Amino acid sequence: MLIDEEDTRPYECDGLTLLRQLPMVVVLPESEAQVIQVLKICHALNVPVVPRGAGTGLAGSALPHAGGVLLSLAKFNRILKIDPQARTATVQPGVPNLAISAAAAPYRLYYAPDPSSQIACTIGGNVAENSGGVHCLKYGLTLHNVLRVHGLTVAGESVEFGGTSLDAPGLDLLALVIGSEGMLAVTTEVTVRLVPNPQTACCIMASFADVEDAGRAVAALIAAGIIPAGLEMLDQAAARLVEPFANAGYDLDAAAILLCESDGTPEEVAEEITRMSEVLRAAHATRLQVSAHEAERQRFWAGRKNAFPAAGRAAPAYYCTDGTIPRKHLGAMLKSIQAMERQFGLRCPNVFHAGDGNLHPLILFDDCDPDSVARAEAFGAAILEASVRLGGTITGEHGVGVEKLDQMCSQFDRPTLDAFHAVKRAFDPPGLLNPGKVVPTLHRCAEYGRMRVHAGELKFPELPRF
Amino acid sequence: MEDALTSLADRVRAATAERTPLQIRAGGTKDFYGNTPRGEVLDPRVLQGILAYEPEELVITALAGTSLTEVEATLQAHGQMLAFEPPHFGSSATIGGCVAAGLAGPRRASSGYTYGSVRDFLLGARLLDGRGQLLSFGGTVIKNVAGYDVARVLAGSLGILGVIVDVSLKVLPRPVCEATLRFEMDEVTALSKLNSWGGEPLPISASAWSGGTLTLRLSGAAAAVRSARPRLGGEEIGSTDADAFWREVREHTAQFFAGSEPLWRLSLPSTAEPHGLSAEQLIEWGGALRWLRASLPATEIRGRAQRLGGHATLFRGGDRAQGVFTPLTPALAAIHQRLKAQFDPHGIFNPGRMFDVL
Repeated sequence: MLIDEEDTRPYECDGLTLLRQLPMVVVLPESEAQVIQVLKICHALNVPVVPRGAGTGLAGSALPHAGGVLLSLAKFNRILKIDPQARTATVQPGVPNLAISAAAAPYRLYYAPDPSSQIACTIGGNVAENSGGVHCLKYGLTLHNVLRVHGLTVAGESVEFGGTSLDAPGLDLLALVIGSEGMLAVTTEVTVRLVPNPQTACCIMASFADVEDAGRAVAALIAAGIIPAGLEMLDQAAARLVEPFANAGYDLDAAAILLCESDGTPEEVAEEITRMSEVLRAAHATRLQVSAHEAERQRFWAGRKNAFPAAGRAAPAYYCTDGTIPRKHLGAMLKSIQAMERQFGLRCPNVFHAGDGNLHPLILFDDCDPDSVARAEAFGAAILEASVRLGGTITGEHGVGVEKLDQMCSQFDRPTLDAFHAVKRAFDPPGLLNPGKVVPTLHRCAEYGRMRVHAGELKFPELPRF
Repeated sequence: MEDALTSLADRVRAATAERTPLQIRAGGTKDFYGNTPRGEVLDPRVLQGILAYEPEELVITALAGTSLTEVEATLQAHGQMLAFEPPHFGSSATIGGCVAAGLAGPRRASSGYTYGSVRDFLLGARLLDGRGQLLSFGGTVIKNVAGYDVARVLAGSLGILGVIVDVSLKVLPRPVCEATLRFEMDEVTALSKLNSWGGEPLPISASAWSGGTLTLRLSGAAAAVRSARPRLGGEEIGSTDADAFWREVREHTAQFFAGSEPLWRLSLPSTAEPHGLSAEQLIEWGGALRWLRASLPATEIRGRAQRLGGHATLFRGGDRAQGVFTPLTPALAAIHQRLKAQFDPHGIFNPGRMFDVL
């Protein structure tokens, strides 16, 4: 247990460093029995509990509660079982995402979801956030790859969601718990599905003279019946940002680059790369470069996966959100973000999980300048509002946390937000698990509504109002 | 559509006010499934039609009362499909009933991107709750973690949380190439083979073992299917016979499903050893789904399934009075009851259909 400020200070924020809060106390239990004890004591004393994995989350889901216990599951770091025949791994929640694939590698199996932070982020955190990655379109999210979550209720009672068969009796509560940001139960054990390593993979780097052409190429690939293993877009600003850092060999003259990957048997990949190349050419790609060998493929991806650290080098700070929109609007969205760069006076390179329509604008700002911070936050919020207007969502994979509470008011109507509160009450009647996250209160939405009207930014200004 | 929705909402509010149980029932093709339905029939087929379908977005949105055949035909015309290959169990099946039942067909345990059940492909849904309020969960994009994923819980919810108004489902391109292979082998060998093949990069999209014969379907790129053939062996059967075979397995019209003996559905880890119960058996999903024809006591079948790490459902026939589903643990039952009470405070929707207390 950590109480002194110098010990609790490292836990004051997660990957969303804009928001910081010291917890009352930090606990680092080593056994499930200890977690049960912590929960029972907190339940009896009516003290909030905030679960935390590696703290890599980008939405403030693990932001401590001033009057609460920060429950770190970092010591739950054992891989309990790899079952190659059943193709499952049973692990404790503090095991890093990539460590599961490393443990499964001798059996030529791996755990598919691969968030960019996979070296550090833990499976417990992945379950809490329903984390994605660059291969979601083909291989699914955390939700599609987790069979079973063993956890504890707010009262410290043991509970099992899902199972080692493909379904379980009753309502599919596993689907609710995954992505619930630590607000419904505390995860103490996870069974994931492992899939066979593809025999080979190959990546095309396609250049486009216009971002809207690149957006249309994404739609054209899908319309041609192709499900790429990975389909990522970088705009010119992002390519220029990462190239000196990662030496990925990107075409720096292109307005946008698509990375389009195929995996499978050698024959299958050859067939698919041919089809992809035809579609990309027809969609006005100005240049295609097919990875000639594994090292080159890895290099193409290294650039994409290093976009965040590269942004960290290019400016004092960066702010990344993850709104998701229908793919057909990708090009138009990039154009809107370019206009917003002028409006807010900040640069914003873009990397997208294009196959999923999942945006990752990297707003560069100066965290020592309060005005720059305020403009960055307003810029991020404006992109999320635009995502909702285009029929998308404010968060594709990072979660709501505290960061996007206001935008939840834009995406959902009051009865639906009330239903979310009702779900929370059904799992956690006293409301002690990670309180105040994900679902805004009625009061907060009213305040947000007023603020937006005052700023002259009415939602849907084109609609008649009476 | 708005008028129909308004009248449905009025009906729900009146039922809540008068505490009148409602049985949400469209085509009635799944009346046999779950505990015995009761209550006044509320037919969601007043809500019909495909609201949105853009093939390049890989998503279709349809009102709950839309015919499942119409949805599948629309997708087929654009070379796409519902990858979970749902059973219809009759020509009047609707997309709402398909989601509420949450039943998937042979492709559910496939390798690759077509893997998954109804919930895995359900992106969003609108629901009328017990107060007659219209709630909107999820959306139409494949990555969406805003708020709790309530839409997916509706898959397999048997209508106990409310009336599904519309659903948005992720759809996928139909495989370019398919082939069906047949092998003669006993149960133990089949289970062992299926699990080993599952660990290899093979394009297996369905499996069915019964009476000493294993039938295997391959789906994917032509090159993938071609290269897997020699690796697997077996004897290929013609595509017409193959399509008929998988349709009969999916729709339970195969010979195995004929007759009046109770049909049990055992959902087990794919590696579970043979259950050893004296019963005719058909195994699907690489070993993870085992259909049994047996008149044995429910306690014996359930006990065996639980010891093997899964659960057993009395799927069709037999005596439904004692509950067809495996009872929940007390911790899960408490969450179920509170969740039901939040969405349906007076318990009007499909009472008892899933569990007696819900």
